[in-house]
Amino acid sequence: MEPNISIRVKNLSRRFGAAWAIRNVSFTVAKGEIVGFLGPNGAGKSTTMRILSGILTAQSGSAWVGGISVAGHPHEVKRRIGYMPENNPLPDDMRVVEYLRFRARLKEVPSRKIRAAVEEAMETCDLARTARRKIIGSLSKGFRQRVGIADALLGDPEVVIMDEPTIGLDPHQIQSIRKLINSLRGRMTVILSSHILPEIERSCDRVVIINRGRVVATGTHEALREEFVPGNRYKLCFSGKEASLLAALKQKDISVDCIHCEAQCDALQEMHLIANDSGEVGPAMMTALQGLPEVTLHSLEPQVPNLEAIFLAATKRSWEETIGAQTPTA
Amino acid sequence: MRHFWILLKHELRMLLISPSTYLAGALFLGLMGFMYWAILREMITTPQDELPTVQFFKIFWIPTFFVVPLLTMRSIAGERSLGTLDTLLTTPTSRIAVVLSKFAGAYCFYLLLWLATLGFPLIAESLLRESNDSAILLNRAPLMGSFAFIAVSGVLFIAIGIFTSSLTRSQLVAGMLAFTLLFVVIVGGQQLGSLNQSGVELPGWMHATVDYLRIFSHLDDFARGVVDTRPFFYYLSSGILLLGLSTLVIEAKA
Repeated sequence: MEPNISIRVKNLSRRFGAAWAIRNVSFTVAKGEIVGFLGPNGAGKSTTMRILSGILTAQSGSAWVGGISVAGHPHEVKRRIGYMPENNPLPDDMRVVEYLRFRARLKEVPSRKIRAAVEEAMETCDLARTARRKIIGSLSKGFRQRVGIADALLGDPEVVIMDEPTIGLDPHQIQSIRKLINSLRGRMTVILSSHILPEIERSCDRVVIINRGRVVATGTHEALREEFVPGNRYKLCFSGKEASLLAALKQKDISVDCIHCEAQCDALQEMHLIANDSGEVGPAMMTALQGLPEVTLHSLEPQVPNLEAIFLAATKRSWEETIGAQTPTA
Repeated sequence: MRHFWILLKHELRMLLISPSTYLAGALFLGLMGFMYWAILREMITTPQDELPTVQFFKIFWIPTFFVVPLLTMRSIAGERSLGTLDTLLTTPTSRIAVVLSKFAGAYCFYLLLWLATLGFPLIAESLLRESNDSAILLNRAPLMGSFAFIAVSGVLFIAIGIFTSSLTRSQLVAGMLAFTLLFVVIVGGQQLGSLNQSGVELPGWMHATVDYLRIFSHLDDFARGVVDTRPFFYYLSSGILLLGLSTLVIEAKA
């Protein structure tokens, strides 16, 4: 395994009864990278994460963490992983500091370093001054998430896996958890799953999109954008005739396709265009649309497809491929 | 082994801070205290063949039916329903260490409850010191024998509770399963053993096996100071088997 690869997953499959939760899942994560795991409910994100953390075993395929096989040496792998499960289960009747010390002992942090390791994790998660001696059951959702993350960070693991770390949090709490995750960049390899797509977009270096137990896309946001939502896109707000606008652009040799156009209030129309050429055509379009008697341009803005658009395009394509593969040919 | 001690310490700590522990303890001691008083009262009115200690320990099954499920139903089922079993298994702790620590925690508390019943003969002896017969209340041989029985049989009973707790995520279902299985082992075993006494013809090997399951006769032997290795083997091997099965269940249901 290459020295800069922290996690390698190859053809991992797991079945629950007759249904495959994941099938031939493969991806790699480099050291110090923050990778987002995206997928609809039941896509197989949690199953993959549970296999990586050694709770579940795979039916076939292999996974390595830090060059160590998860199936061959699960205990060794567990020493290198900090895992925060979905819904972040915590014992309600323990104090934060007591719980973290208990977890540090279980994670085989040397006795003389336990105090320092717990303090460091609490400092990182901003628990040291606010919630140190509080009973976990009395904590707010945001603080509970912090305790879960502090637990995952204990013992300075090589890899941190977090399953939905921002679920159920308010925007302020999400922002502070995001800052916390960003602070881990370069120090630890982080895999996190979330349904909040802007969250993944802001925090992660790379994204793995999984759908119906298969990896449908993997790469940086830019690479995925190129693959699933290619071309420069623009949003135009104008009043006048749609046909005149398109004709004016054609006259100036600006090759564009209209994705959709809909009427807004006060006779305004909103049109989404995709340029057929790879270059920037925004300024050329503005020039072409100036001084037209039948069209008045109010605004023109380039549209960068967000992760939501990429996610929808990737999952749609995977569904189409699956249905296409299942449909018998005549 | 290191993980076992860390988990056991945690288990005992959680038992000590849990109000339900004290409630179970108070109920157990209240019920057993009443039973002991009833036995002493019976002795005053009617001459008895057996010592009060032996009679007292013969009703071991009454508290066993409710204390064992109460002590064990939370152990694995509770952790599973909360999700904390998952977090436990993400550490380098082995599944067997988890099961053994749950067992050891519940077993220690079970023994502690029974040891607390030593207070009854001590209190009775101090109150009846003027009586000539008060010394029999603290007769060491039946006391030690009966406690040895409680300690050895407790291995199987607690292991039953841990096993049923590993089967489900519902504490209630775990408790009901534990009660049913304890009933089958204690009462069913005794009834099967009674087949021999009632003159039913059984093949030689079955005769010996069925006789082996009579838990009440084990108590009689222990109370008389007869320490046979067969009950030890029965309780310990069955207990270990159930704990092994619990480990496999946790592995399979992960």
